[in-house]
Amino acid sequence: MRSVQALAVAVLFVLAISDVSYAAGEPKSGGIFRIYHRDSPGSASIHEGATYSLNVPFMPIFNNLVIFDQHIAQNSVSTIRPELAESWAWSGDNKTLTFKLRKDVKWHDGKPFTAADVKCTFDMLMGKSQQKFRQNPRKSWYDQVDEVTTNGDYEAAFKLKRPQPALLSLLASGYTPVYPCHVSPAEMRTKPVGTGPFKFVEFKANESIKLAKNPDYFKKGLPYLDGIEFTIITNRSTAILGFVSGKFDMTFPTEVSIPLLKDVKAQAPNAVCVVEPNNVSTNIIVNSTSPPFDNADIRRALALSLDRKAFIQIMFEGQGDIGGTMEPAPQGLWAMPKEMLESIPGYGPNIEQNREEARKLMQKAGYGPDKHLQLKVSTRNIAVYRDPAIILIDQLKSIYIDAELDVVDTAQWFPKVARKDYSLGLNLTGNAVDDPDQSFYENYACGSERNYTNYCNKDIEKLFDKQSEETDVEKRKKLVWEIDKKLQEDVARPIIFHARTGTCWAPYVKNITVMSNSSYNGYRYEDVWLDK
Amino acid sequence: MFAYIVRRLFLMLITLFGISVIIFVLLRVVPGNIVDILFAAAGYVDPADKANLERELGLNQPIVVQYLSWIGGLLHGDLGYSYVSEKPALDEILPRIPITARLAGLALLFSASIGIPLGVISAVHQGSRLDYALRVVSLSGLSLPSFWLGLLILMASVSMFGTMPIFNPNPKTWFEAFTIYAVPAAAVGFRSAALTMRITRSSMLEILRQDYIRTARAKGASEASVNYHHALKNAVLPVITVIGIEAAFLIGGLIVTETVFNIPGIARFLVEALRWRDYPIVQNLVMFIAVVVVVMNFIVDMLYAAIDPRIRFGD
Repeated sequence: MRSVQALAVAVLFVLAISDVSYAAGEPKSGGIFRIYHRDSPGSASIHEGATYSLNVPFMPIFNNLVIFDQHIAQNSVSTIRPELAESWAWSGDNKTLTFKLRKDVKWHDGKPFTAADVKCTFDMLMGKSQQKFRQNPRKSWYDQVDEVTTNGDYEAAFKLKRPQPALLSLLASGYTPVYPCHVSPAEMRTKPVGTGPFKFVEFKANESIKLAKNPDYFKKGLPYLDGIEFTIITNRSTAILGFVSGKFDMTFPTEVSIPLLKDVKAQAPNAVCVVEPNNVSTNIIVNSTSPPFDNADIRRALALSLDRKAFIQIMFEGQGDIGGTMEPAPQGLWAMPKEMLESIPGYGPNIEQNREEARKLMQKAGYGPDKHLQLKVSTRNIAVYRDPAIILIDQLKSIYIDAELDVVDTAQWFPKVARKDYSLGLNLTGNAVDDPDQSFYENYACGSERNYTNYCNKDIEKLFDKQSEETDVEKRKKLVWEIDKKLQEDVARPIIFHARTGTCWAPYVKNITVMSNSSYNGYRYEDVWLDK
Repeated sequence: MFAYIVRRLFLMLITLFGISVIIFVLLRVVPGNIVDILFAAAGYVDPADKANLERELGLNQPIVVQYLSWIGGLLHGDLGYSYVSEKPALDEILPRIPITARLAGLALLFSASIGIPLGVISAVHQGSRLDYALRVVSLSGLSLPSFWLGLLILMASVSMFGTMPIFNPNPKTWFEAFTIYAVPAAAVGFRSAALTMRITRSSMLEILRQDYIRTARAKGASEASVNYHHALKNAVLPVITVIGIEAAFLIGGLIVTETVFNIPGIARFLVEALRWRDYPIVQNLVMFIAVVVVVMNFIVDMLYAAIDPRIRFGD
């Protein structure tokens, strides 16, 4: 009898163990991962776009040389993992970055991946090859790369004009896949070929994007999913209802606003929802080349008038962050310390005192209770732009500015900004990588294509280079803080707030991690699985 | 009758030519083109890249050359390439036409099959509680925007049945296949049914007061015969006209309905193409819609002539 009991206990024990391992998440293969997509991307070529509407559906098709760990929310140099590269090494002078490449990788069309593909991709990005991208929005990322060389089929090296430790982070972004040499940029826009865990199946504009499992993926056993289907739903209410009713396994990443998140949780209480900062700042672009903002006092008054907490309270029910150019801590790696931030004019906690100072500056410039400054606040005709613009207009009233909303069609926004046909503009700036090199050079360097205000300060530019070359992280941080503080004091592009947004998925979707300091890098989905 | 048809066909051609010019010019008057949009999406403007892209897409050519190139292609069945998807415009447009046609056909069917009988009932029972109730229904139909009604239907479906009838290209059951078209068709057809109901009612009321109706009753004809044989036959003429006009207006209603129910038809596609300033798609789609409207009007006029001999003889 005892032996029977012992046997029963043993069986129960084994069952319990197997159940525990199952409950702990033994990945299951199969299933189609269904996500709704917020809009129809203009093409399928990640290198030719500058919106994460492209990264989310097409990042699973590709691989990078290196990539940020897909399961650590905070991207940093320490979370960079090899992908097409087996390893990498910096030269002693920090001017050459050499990658040893994997030998077992094939493109989806069966051709082998070699170092020539790496050279091709980056030559095109640097504008050095015969084949050209129709658009090349991140060309400036590689300004310090002198050339990319190969040594045989499985070694590629980036030779730099000067040390740039940030290059590795730029290469780890979702914006930096390696493209095949043998496929033209035009084909990559319509039928992309990659080495990644999923193969491109079809892209029907305004309808759907379908990807299928790559059975020859070089990471054996991956991906778990049979495929991923993105249904393009531009109407947000319909999309959310689709998720709630179970038609989709996940919302479009970082697309659920804080107020909407409550609805989702109320209607789908089992849904897993995560709110994270997305490293997108809402900021003001100031035309300092013509009146009234050619007057430094009025620019300073503008910076002093902002009640940033009010913006965050109204738009995100308090779930947003105040900071400078770099994403605020703790998710942001390069954020100024709180005391330093609050020492910048307009960032102090006493809003009324700030505004009193602003009113004095306005009076000095010839404005006052009897003579208000009339101007327009221009912005794009998109809700995330319009809503803060309206709050801004309301806040400007406190410093004798009567502003009117000037809503600009998307097609006209950049031409209008480029020809300086605005006084104040409300703008959003997304950062693909939480690194000062990406943010400073792109948005504030003299002559940069995305420096909409043409802010140009040669002294600060020297500091850009100094921090960019610095290999000691702590020293670099201090330089970055100094630069960020100066940019805010110069009212180069006053930052109002950094947003947070939500992502929800069904409880049976496993291995999803939402990045907390970029919304461009976390969509490889190679080990996502469905516990169904 | 032959001369009437020939004249109408000639007028159709002139109208279509006029429409083609208007579409073409209006599209170019709207500020911004696909290149502006692409660079706006990329967040930067590079004048050299922009000029290259404009040259590649032929947007740097004089407007007359662009127009002649489009019309020339159209006459040879070449609709050009979509600027966005870089696929032939015909391949983009053709698969979407049956989807919208099914939806529009069902909406019109809903409109006529609900609107005409209820309009007759309302007229025959003028002043009764039933008449008042039907008039409230018809006024509601005219007042409720179809996108709002569509969203309410979706919310109710999710809340009551835990699912919703949004588009699925591969429906699993015939019931799903039916609902993905029938529900949005009802949402968009409700307004049209309400209009049809009101027109039928007022037209019937006018006819029911005619002497020949009194004569029919005096001769002992049954109420059904008087209402449906004598009255409705004559009352239906303005209703046909309204349904014809509604068919043309339906495209406008379908834009929001296709968006709310996520149906990949031509109406929603047109809006997206307009947003991207995808000229080849917009021009050809609007031209297609214009042809449908002109042909629908032609058919309505022919029906009119077939039903009312005075029209063809008067002609």
